[in-house]
Amino acid sequence: MTFNGSMPAPMMVVHEGDYVEVTLVNPEANTMPHNVDFHSATGGLGGGALTHVNPGEQVVLRWKATRTGTFVYHCAPEGMIPWHVVSGMHGTVMVLPRDGLKNREGKPLRYDRVYYIGENDLYVPKDANGKYKSYDTPGEAFADTTEVMRKLIPTHVVFNGKVGALTGKNAMTAKVGETVMIVHSQANRDTRPHLIGGHGDYVWETGKFINPPEKDLETWFIRGGSAGAALYTFRQPGIYAYVNHNLIEAVELGASAHFKVEGEWNNDLMKQVKPPGPILPGKSSAADAVVQTR
Amino acid sequence: MLLAMKIKIAITAAALASPVALTVAPVASVGHSTADSAITLIAARPFQYRMAGDFSRDGKPAEAPLREARLSGDVKIMTSQVTSREYAHCVDDGGCPRIPRAPEMADRPVVGVSWRDATAYAEWITNKTGVLHRLPTDEEWVFAAGEKARDEALPLADPVDPAQAWIARYEAEANRVRPLAFDPQPIGTFGRNENGLDDIGGNVWEWTNTCFLRMMLEQTGAAQVTNTNCGVRVVQGAHRTYMTDFIRDPRTGGCAAGVPPANLGFRLIVDAQLPAFYRIVEEVALKLRAKL
Repeated sequence: MTFNGSMPAPMMVVHEGDYVEVTLVNPEANTMPHNVDFHSATGGLGGGALTHVNPGEQVVLRWKATRTGTFVYHCAPEGMIPWHVVSGMHGTVMVLPRDGLKNREGKPLRYDRVYYIGENDLYVPKDANGKYKSYDTPGEAFADTTEVMRKLIPTHVVFNGKVGALTGKNAMTAKVGETVMIVHSQANRDTRPHLIGGHGDYVWETGKFINPPEKDLETWFIRGGSAGAALYTFRQPGIYAYVNHNLIEAVELGASAHFKVEGEWNNDLMKQVKPPGPILPGKSSAADAVVQTR
Repeated sequence: MLLAMKIKIAITAAALASPVALTVAPVASVGHSTADSAITLIAARPFQYRMAGDFSRDGKPAEAPLREARLSGDVKIMTSQVTSREYAHCVDDGGCPRIPRAPEMADRPVVGVSWRDATAYAEWITNKTGVLHRLPTDEEWVFAAGEKARDEALPLADPVDPAQAWIARYEAEANRVRPLAFDPQPIGTFGRNENGLDDIGGNVWEWTNTCFLRMMLEQTGAAQVTNTNCGVRVVQGAHRTYMTDFIRDPRTGGCAAGVPPANLGFRLIVDAQLPAFYRIVEEVALKLRAKL
């Protein structure tokens, strides 16, 4: 189940004060009613109350972007809201301030590119042999999936729909000196992004740009049902892993992405002083590690 | 009982120490055979071999030298990988740990086995048949794999700028052809190599007995071992890699950026003849059993 065929659904970028007009089409081939709740919209259950469409119907909604920041939107049909959300029907709206992003001192913050990461917890039923089940229609999966969901232990936690969506050939790229904005949205469950080998230079953990960004974070917290934004300027080339730092979720369940960063290595920031080799006599204990100061 | 234990210990110790050296002059059948697996005999001949492990020269990472090698004798190796059914016999007999994933496809290669599980199987079937079974060394595996052995030289990290090699390695790994299916496939799905072995380099990687070595190359070209870690063994298949011996399910994510093997399984070397001490012990055991 998706909006526009992708997990996460597309990110809509608008400006503060804009009127956003959305046409929601539920194709005839579908089997279920759908709607959409915009966390950035005001009233009408975020639009959910005014956008119910059955298969073969469409609806047009207009709402005003009154506050800035990154916000989740998701499907919210009666009786099956969580099922639609964890099946993939969630996206992000980014409402930018008219005068741009600013740091705590009010100085402008710029970025070269934006990466949009939608994290999705999935609850896929298994058969008696431990094999993941598949179903001919979504409706047939409802009861089994709900049973898995109610135990609150996801079978998968993934970025952008599947394991490997942002690794290998799909890895995100940047150059040393470039600033990236990472928009991270999680419509259902808490997550804690961490850039291995990097930091969050400026982080709007709650995603709302009117609040001053936090500086130099190691890990930040995205509450389930919200989207956050982080700026980072790469200072060192190489491969960076961007993970949900619940490492069980990152490694066992799939919540890992990679950045491939080109540029020149900075020996001042890091250097392998001595490659791995035999332990030197008298240095066999970890307790005598030496920190060099000047 | 006590005797059997001693045999088991002796064989284990010998298998761990230096497997190749165990092969004693050709043939004379021991009179037992493995119940299920077909065995292929590959006559010794020279082949190209690049040693496994991490090499350095003058403190900088270096490529392991590619050299002409020749094993001390012919290789007798299982034609195909050990199947779930075969492994299950060992489990039922109390010789192998029950592996967490239910083997529902009995006649396909067993997967989700660690080096320890594979070694337990080798010991069990050795005791069961009286024929020494063991994991191959990396060198033996490369020889048996023939044209299907992949000599993948990945870029070396320059300590002055380690990131360039790191990125190049990452790209090389990302460009590896991944198996279409992750489930183990019927024997023979991935073809037969020129030595008559099935499914080399398919979607099941195979454990070897070779420990992870760190080596220093001297000016003469000789390699000096600076560190041996037998908690990590060489794993062979569509690419060579290294795995901690208790790992059953190779996976990546987080800091580990590479592409892991799809599955871990194994096939065994079947030694033509048992070492003399074993045969004597076995004969005594048989006589004792006959008297009882």
